[in-house]
Amino acid sequence: MRHKSLEEFGLPVELAEPHAPVVLFDKVDLAFDEKVILKNVTFSVRAGHTKIFLGASGAGKSTVLKLMLGLLKPDSGTIWVLGHRVDEMTETQLMGVRHHMGMVFQEGALFDSFTVGENVGYKLYEETTLPLDEVRARVEEVLGFVDLSEHIDKQPSELSGGQRRRVAIARAMAAKPTLLLYDEPTTGLDPITSLTINAEIIKLRDLENVTSVLVTHQLRDAYYIAEHSARLGTDNELEIAAAVEDKVEQADFVMLKDGGIHFEGTAGELRTSKDPYLRAFLS
Amino acid sequence: MSVLNEGDWLTEWVKKALLEVQDYVRLCAAAAKGSVTRPFYARDVMEQIEVIGLGSLTVVLLTGFFTGAVLALQMGMTLDQFGARPFVGRLISASMIKELGPVLTALMLSGRVGSGIAAELGSMMVTEQISALRALGTDPIRKLVVPRVLAGFIMCPILTVVGDTVGILGGWIISLTQLRVSSGVYWSSVVEGLFIEDVWMGLIKPFFLGFVIVTIGCHVGLRTTGGTQGVGRATTNAVVAASVVVLVVDFFVTRLLISILF
Repeated sequence: MRHKSLEEFGLPVELAEPHAPVVLFDKVDLAFDEKVILKNVTFSVRAGHTKIFLGASGAGKSTVLKLMLGLLKPDSGTIWVLGHRVDEMTETQLMGVRHHMGMVFQEGALFDSFTVGENVGYKLYEETTLPLDEVRARVEEVLGFVDLSEHIDKQPSELSGGQRRRVAIARAMAAKPTLLLYDEPTTGLDPITSLTINAEIIKLRDLENVTSVLVTHQLRDAYYIAEHSARLGTDNELEIAAAVEDKVEQADFVMLKDGGIHFEGTAGELRTSKDPYLRAFLS
Repeated sequence: MSVLNEGDWLTEWVKKALLEVQDYVRLCAAAAKGSVTRPFYARDVMEQIEVIGLGSLTVVLLTGFFTGAVLALQMGMTLDQFGARPFVGRLISASMIKELGPVLTALMLSGRVGSGIAAELGSMMVTEQISALRALGTDPIRKLVVPRVLAGFIMCPILTVVGDTVGILGGWIISLTQLRVSSGVYWSSVVEGLFIEDVWMGLIKPFFLGFVIVTIGCHVGLRTTGGTQGVGRATTNAVVAASVVVLVVDFFVTRLLISILF
C-alpha cells in the first residue's frame, strides 16, 4: 500500500524516536468563549500503549481526541503527535499526519450515501494510489477482522448500532494506522455488543500493534480493555484472556475534571484510590 | 434594556455579521483555490453536475414555460391598448433573456439546490461526518464544496438558456392560440427585439448567480450546529439568504454590465 509520505505533505520526515511518546500534550489550554474546556493538561502516550480518558460529560474528553487530530487548535501549550507539532500545522500539513492515524467517532459517523465497503475503503479509494482490486481485498480483510464480511454491500442504515460501530472501527483501521482514537465506542450499546467492540480494540492493539487512545464513560469496558490481551492460539484461533501484569501497566487511566487532569494511573491504582471524586465516579 | 446594553447588543451583532462575511469570503477563496489545485475530485464534479443540472431541469422547464406563457397573456392585453399586439415576441424575448430567465432560474435553484446543499452538509456536520472526512485525510472544501461550486457555476447558465428557450416557446404557444399572432410575426419580432448585448447580459449573469447560490448553501451547511433542528434552520436560512442575495447580485451585476456593454 502506498501512502503519501510525510515529505510529500511538506513535513519533516523524521518520525518520533523509538521510545519517544506517540502523543505528547504539554500544558495545553483551551476555552470556548468564557467556558474553560482544558486547563494546563499534560500527558503522553507511548507506542503500543493504551490511554483511557474518563470523566463526566463535558469534561473535555472528546476535545482531547479532536486536538490530537488537529480538528481543534489549543489556545496555548504544545501538542506532539507522531513526532510532529500538530498545534501549529496547516490543514494541508495535518493531512500528512492524519494518514497515520484513525478515529472511531461516537456514533460511527459513517457516510450515509456510501455502502459499508465504500465507507471502509474510503481512505484507500480516495487518498491513496492503491489499485482497486487491492483496495477491495483490504476492505474484505478488515471487514472479516470485525466479522462483518457479509455486509459489505449494505448501506449503513441497514445495520444495527453495534454493527455500525464495528464498521467505523474497520474504516479507521483500513489504512493501517499507527495510532487509533476511539470516542466512546461502546456508549449506548448492550453489554454483549460492547464486549465485541472491546475485543476488536484489544485485537487491534495486541495483534496489529496499534497505539490506542480511548474516551469512555463505561468503566466496565475500560477495565476490560486495560486488563485483557489478545493472542493467536496454536490453531490460529483468537484468544482474549486476562493480561499479564506488564501488559496491564501499559494501559493508563486519566480522569478529567473541571478541565484538568484529576487522576492519572493504572487500573489497579484507580481501583484502590481513596479520592472521594474517584470513589463517587467508580461507585 | 439600558442604552449601553443596546449598544453592546448592536456591537455584538455587527461583529457577528462581519465574522460571517469573513468566513464566507474565506470559503469562496478556498473553493476558488481548490478548483485549480490538486487533489481534484473530478468524479464528484460530474456527480454534482448531474444532481444540480439534470435534477433541476424539470423545475426550470416548468418555470420558464409558464413565465413565458403568462408574460404573453399580460403583454397581449397591454399591447392591445396601443394596437401593438404583433410586438409581443419582442417584449417576451427581451424580458426573458435579459432578466426573467436568469433571475427566475436562479430563484428556483436557490430553492432546490441551495436548500439541498445546506441540508446535506448540515446533516453531515451534526453527525460528525465532516470531522470524519478530515480525520480520514480529506479536505471537505475540496471534496464537498469545490464540486458543488463548479457544478453550480457551469449548470446555472445552461439551465438559464433552457429556461429562456422554453419561456419564448411558451410565449409563442399563447401568442398563436390566444392572441392570434402568426408564427412568422412572432419569431421575427423575437429576433428583432434582441441585441447581442442583451444575449451577453443574459449569459454572463447566471455565472455569478450560480456561484452565490451554491457557495451560500455550502457556507450555511458547514456552519450548522444544534442537531436536526439546526439542519432545518440551516436549510431555511440558506434559501432565504440565497434568494435575497440573488436579487441583490442581479441588480449590481446588471448595473455593471450596462456600464460595460452599452
